[in-house]
Amino acid sequence: MGMVRESQFHVLAVDDSHLDRKMIERLLQKSSCQVTTVDSGSKALEFLGLRESNDQNALETHQEVEINLIITDYCMPGMTGYDLLKKVKESVAFRSIPVVIMSSENVPARISRCLEEGAEEFFLKPVKLADVTKLKPHMMKTKLKKEGEKPSEEENATLKPEESLVVEMILPLNQELELEQKEPMLSSNKRKAMEEVISADRSRPKYNDITTSV
Amino acid sequence: MELVQMQKSLQDYTKSLFLDGVLDSQFLQLQQLQDESNPDFVSQVVTLFFQDSDRILNDLSLSLDQQVVDFKKVDPHVHQLKGSSSSIGAQRVKNACVVFRSFCEQQNVEGCHRCLQQVKKEYYLVKNRLETLFKLEQQIVASGGMIPAMELGF
Repeated sequence: MGMVRESQFHVLAVDDSHLDRKMIERLLQKSSCQVTTVDSGSKALEFLGLRESNDQNALETHQEVEINLIITDYCMPGMTGYDLLKKVKESVAFRSIPVVIMSSENVPARISRCLEEGAEEFFLKPVKLADVTKLKPHMMKTKLKKEGEKPSEEENATLKPEESLVVEMILPLNQELELEQKEPMLSSNKRKAMEEVISADRSRPKYNDITTSV
Repeated sequence: MELVQMQKSLQDYTKSLFLDGVLDSQFLQLQQLQDESNPDFVSQVVTLFFQDSDRILNDLSLSLDQQVVDFKKVDPHVHQLKGSSSSIGAQRVKNACVVFRSFCEQQNVEGCHRCLQQVKKEYYLVKNRLETLFKLEQQIVASGGMIPAMELGF
């Protein structure tokens, strides 16, 4: 039976400015990402399903929504983007989610502090489309890691994580027919096909070792 | 006026905003984000900018009119205005905010008053120009025409 899986990347965008939230949302949509926006770090943690208490037992819940990347403003009242970054990286459940920081201010000490804490990128505002295209490789890594943990059908393929292009794949015939019956072959379906290819590729050790470490 | 004429007027008008430095390339980024699925994106974002700015300028006037000016309140407002003007490409407003912030840092009340006047002046200018731009676009659309894409060759 064919499984309908979400094939788009889902980004959580955090910014206290309504205008900037609208901008980042549109930039990400234009890059074919699904976007959820929140206006604070604490709402971001809430959305992820991570409670703020210091009690380790109460802290970790399962990830309620699959998020492939968090992009957050640095300067926010209450919890800054840096504070949010730290909380995510300290969490066992969520530390593998790549985090990107945005700031309108070019402060080298701030930038290196964020990168040292595990941020993948630091974007200067205003963020451009060209910046957003840099996010794909980071999000691909999390998809690969997740798919590598799931059981899957057997397929033949080789694939580099950086490729987000359409990939030729060989499925057992009945599965191929089922996929085609369920949906027309859209680009999102082709990405789904690519994921199924990735999931079979468990023999390549480097994917299992991926972490978003410094 | 003929459609082609209107489209040419719009292009010339838009070009003049860039040449005068009222808008910078960030505005082009905004236009790139507009498409059939989001046909009003630019005007939506600009409207947000107008709303934010009206509120901030009002707060700034109040803060600077206090007997004792609290720069800890003034600076975040200017920072926010600098951010939003930068996001839409309102270059002269952004630049005026940069100057404003340096006077805040120096805790120079007189300087801040002057900066506020300058920021207001630049803001009303870009607001006026953008409203004119949107009117020109609406006229074209109402006549059944398409908004021409901006040429970057100037």
